[in-house]
Amino acid sequence: MKLVRLRDTDRATLHLTLEGSGLAALEGDTVLTALLAGGAGHLRDSEFGDGHRAGFCLMGACQDCWVVVEGLGRVRACATLAKDGMKVRRG
Amino acid sequence: MKVAVVGAGPAGVRAVEALLAHDIRPVWIDEAMDGGGRIYQRPPAGLRRDAKTLYGFEAPRATALHAALDAAKPHADWRPETLVWNIRPGQRQLSTLSAGRQGVVEYDAAILCTGAMDRVVPVKGWTLPGVTTMGGAQIALKSQGCGIGQRVAFLGSGPLLWLVAYQYAKAGAEVVAVLDTTRFATKLAAAPGMLRGPATFAKGLYYIGWLRAHGIRIAEGVTPLAIEGAGSVSGISWRDARGGVHRVECDAVGLGWGLKPEAQLADLAGIPFAFDAAQHNWVPRRDAAGRTPVTGIYLAGDGSGIGGAEVAEVAGARAALALLQDAGRKVETAALDRKLASLGRFRVALEKAFPFPSHLAAGLPDDALFCRCEGLTVGELRATTTGPAIPAPELNRAKAISRAGMGRCQGRVCGAAAAEILAAQLGCSVAEVGRLRGQAPVKPIPLTATP
Repeated sequence: MKLVRLRDTDRATLHLTLEGSGLAALEGDTVLTALLAGGAGHLRDSEFGDGHRAGFCLMGACQDCWVVVEGLGRVRACATLAKDGMKVRRG
Repeated sequence: MKVAVVGAGPAGVRAVEALLAHDIRPVWIDEAMDGGGRIYQRPPAGLRRDAKTLYGFEAPRATALHAALDAAKPHADWRPETLVWNIRPGQRQLSTLSAGRQGVVEYDAAILCTGAMDRVVPVKGWTLPGVTTMGGAQIALKSQGCGIGQRVAFLGSGPLLWLVAYQYAKAGAEVVAVLDTTRFATKLAAAPGMLRGPATFAKGLYYIGWLRAHGIRIAEGVTPLAIEGAGSVSGISWRDARGGVHRVECDAVGLGWGLKPEAQLADLAGIPFAFDAAQHNWVPRRDAAGRTPVTGIYLAGDGSGIGGAEVAEVAGARAALALLQDAGRKVETAALDRKLASLGRFRVALEKAFPFPSHLAAGLPDDALFCRCEGLTVGELRATTTGPAIPAPELNRAKAISRAGMGRCQGRVCGAAAAEILAAQLGCSVAEVGRLRGQAPVKPIPLTATP
């Protein structure tokens, strides 16, 4: 899944890592936006073997966008703001 | 008097405003970073679109609600980014979680304004990256300035289908198809009733007209077949009303069939629920003012039955006044009561125009996943009615056998469809098949945060 930036693109750049690789995002991005606009493709794998997942409701209800952020633990990517220097692993 | 208000959407804001006007300073809790609810969610700092760009026709309402929100925050005990994960009506306590720390809020009276989420019907392939709810697609654009893909299809029924498709096209995304599962004739038949809400009706017609005028592909009365792709979305296929099969290439799909109440806290508070046939949802019992059979608990907004943002604002204020009346205060309610009654009549017509497509859920193939959390198939749910020694006669027994509704979303996403699938299998009505009972915590919390 690739989120496409359509509006509000003139924002300061943030630098995160996903599984150790660098990823650029914009100030005000959620972790979900940072990852999926930054080319991560997906956020987690289903524990039941049915493939990749990349969130669904984007409003903190479905729990399908869990990722792990160093220092915060497991979070919902859609409900967590991206910060410069964040180290993220897929959930 | 200790008063708690849960939620800071249209209902919560107006409830708190009314309480403050009568010198009651409530504890005011919202799970989001900021108030406004989902409909008037403001983007995080750094994004700078104005209200007109963000909210369109609703900009004046959004701006007014934000002004009330910002005016109320400093006067209330405002607690954003706080989840209420349980309610103990006997002890009159809310259990909260904020920044990994648990807490308890004591109340004498509480107004629950917990909002709604998309009501979805599973489609083959709906777990692929690139598929979001209709509300999710709208939040991506509104709150993050992003489209869910480059070439987007929208599938579902209801006012949001047309609104979100319009917003995407206006923002520069390529909308490859708007697929409405409701037939044109059904909507037409409801049109006279919709004239009770002429402004809302006119806006709906405007969006549909705009999409048609811009040559966007629209199909009505469709049956979705599958969202296709390996690893991510590459297309969507459907059958038209005459039986022809179609497919478009796309990299994202937004889907949804109206809204359902987020009423888990009302459930844990012990409020009885009834099946509302018009909106095809289970709703907690309350009177027109928001009073419930549980002393001290009041309900307002979409969490108490889907009515939309305009109704929620009025209902939030009315519930606060009900609380004040019950505390012995003299308040004037006639104008609010008249407004609520009038708005309610339009809602009935709207529900007739966009009926929930029970047949789509009931007609899903056995190998389709209906539970995203635990990868359960429709066939596994159907088997609960025939396989076990004591087969499932209703939804909670089916849950115990199959784990439907026991996953991390606790049935929020699959519950409505699971009920349809099971009812069709048992040959009974969806009202008879029951609803998934709520359990605390209403959302997952870390074990380390529990008392």
